[in-house]
Amino acid sequence: MSWNFPPNLKYTKNDEWIDPETGKVGITDYAQDQLSDVVYVEYLVEEGDEVNQGDVVATVESVKAAADVYAPVGGKVVALNTELADNPEWVNEDPYGQAWMVQLEIRDPSELEGLMDAESYAKYCEERE
Amino acid sequence: MSRKKIREPLLIELSVPGRRAVRLPEPDVPEAELPKHLLREDLPLPEVSEVDVVRHFTRLSQYNYGVDIGFYPLGSCTMKYNPKVNEDMARLPGFAYIHPLQPEETVQGALALMYHLQKYLGEIVGMPGVSLQPAAGAHGEFTGILIMRAYHRERGEHQRNKVLVPDSAHGTNPASSAMSGMRVVEIPSDERGNIDLEALKKECDETLAGLMITNPNTLGLFEEHIEEVVQVVHEAGGLVYGDGANLNAFLGITRFGDMGFDIVHLNLHKTFSTPHGGGGPGSGPVAVAEHLIDFLPGPIVDIVEAGDPPTYGFVWPKKSIGRVKAFHGHFGVMVRALTYILMLGQEGLRQVAEAAVLNANYLRVMLQDTYHIPYNRLCKHEFVAEGRWPDAPGVRAVDISKRLMDFGFHPPTNYFPLIVKEALMIEPTETESKATLDAFIAAMKQIAREARENPELLKTAPHETPFGRVDEVKAARDLILTWFDWEKEG
Repeated sequence: MSWNFPPNLKYTKNDEWIDPETGKVGITDYAQDQLSDVVYVEYLVEEGDEVNQGDVVATVESVKAAADVYAPVGGKVVALNTELADNPEWVNEDPYGQAWMVQLEIRDPSELEGLMDAESYAKYCEERE
Repeated sequence: MSRKKIREPLLIELSVPGRRAVRLPEPDVPEAELPKHLLREDLPLPEVSEVDVVRHFTRLSQYNYGVDIGFYPLGSCTMKYNPKVNEDMARLPGFAYIHPLQPEETVQGALALMYHLQKYLGEIVGMPGVSLQPAAGAHGEFTGILIMRAYHRERGEHQRNKVLVPDSAHGTNPASSAMSGMRVVEIPSDERGNIDLEALKKECDETLAGLMITNPNTLGLFEEHIEEVVQVVHEAGGLVYGDGANLNAFLGITRFGDMGFDIVHLNLHKTFSTPHGGGGPGSGPVAVAEHLIDFLPGPIVDIVEAGDPPTYGFVWPKKSIGRVKAFHGHFGVMVRALTYILMLGQEGLRQVAEAAVLNANYLRVMLQDTYHIPYNRLCKHEFVAEGRWPDAPGVRAVDISKRLMDFGFHPPTNYFPLIVKEALMIEPTETESKATLDAFIAAMKQIAREARENPELLKTAPHETPFGRVDEVKAARDLILTWFDWEKEG
């Protein structure tokens, strides 16, 4: 299997990515591949909400399954990608670009240290195949 | 789905101005003026004759697939054949034409039926208290968790708000807990498909309300340490809830009550044989151990005056969580369930489970060299295979299922449980003959060969059904629910 895991991002065990620079969060290439065609994205937070690491921020539904999207780190929700709700196929087409879901103002950068880098996340995905 | 392939027009497309199927009789009450704001100029309903309507729906029914047509191994759904005597009983005028608001003395037969069904179900699961009210399985779960919550609150333990749910549980379990205001924590399975005991113990603290466990679980596997699991939860002050949806696996062989469970729900429509799968009606009675009887939803049926025959009536449990359903639940399903129990008897019910388990294991063993079965041990009423092969890239479980339709079989459950990749969840039930099972095995093996030799055949299946491959993505993204939407789409 060949999934794409950009080296500048951090990854969670639940298959979210976060960009430490921008605080943008989405689900990984592996996650979208497992889910197959995504048909629905719903946000469970609003702009301005404070979330903790591990809180559910969105729900993604595909023709196969539904999955929760968790906040990789705590922080304030500064933006939601509302266009994505109308274009759920972006999750499959461009998981790290157009399909970012929420943008967080990271509260405690040390929480990032507990996340995986691209290399260890790739290993983690292989193990689960 | 290509529109051209649809042969049956919509009723609105069959409409011809002036046609009618029904002539309403002259009103026998004075006519009344409708308020102006309720009047409308147009009424865009189809105008069709009686024969148009009858043919339309008869043709549609012929596109349908049901357990009366063929094999239906839809895992977790227990699509057994439903004996027609159940239908005869449910249609007896004394059952079919009564009303829940009738005085109790005029429906003693119906109350007696409910009373005896409560007793039989209690005996079958080994628990003394039963409410027939919940409308179906997930409603029974919700009711059970409300009982759990009421029990802890009564004892002043308001901090108990955590429900543990194994990752091999039915998908409704976490939802039912969350709806009851509980916090859900998932417990992983070990490599044999059992609950990970160490992970369970770690979560057993003073906030534990209880554990919801489906046994056998959605892998069709009986929890090998069930007594220890129950004990660990009880020692931490929690209650154990059993999802009885898979009761077909051990009906008449073992009992939830004997395993130490506190609460359990049953799916009458599955285990006790009522046509289901088209959205209902179901019936999800809840049974409880002695210490929870007072919390049951009410009213329940009891003998209110001894005699021969006794007088039956509705009574309220002392600390009842209240009503969970209008009136008394889905009575028609109760009639069918009691009929099924009485027709089979104690020995017959046990044979149900024995044959269901035998059939599932026969399929599992016959298919294990062709399909990878990740938790491959003696299963109960169902098992889960992987619908993928390393040497057939691109073929997925859904393609196998679609191709199965060409052989005249209903597909297994796809993509559940999530802990198996490309899951095919297969539950043959007890009502299938060896000849049917062998035909299914032959089809599954042929499909496995085709996956290597001609994968396109699978990717474009089904070929022999009235409709070809449905575009599931488009169907989910662009909902067309009425013909208004249909017309707009063009």
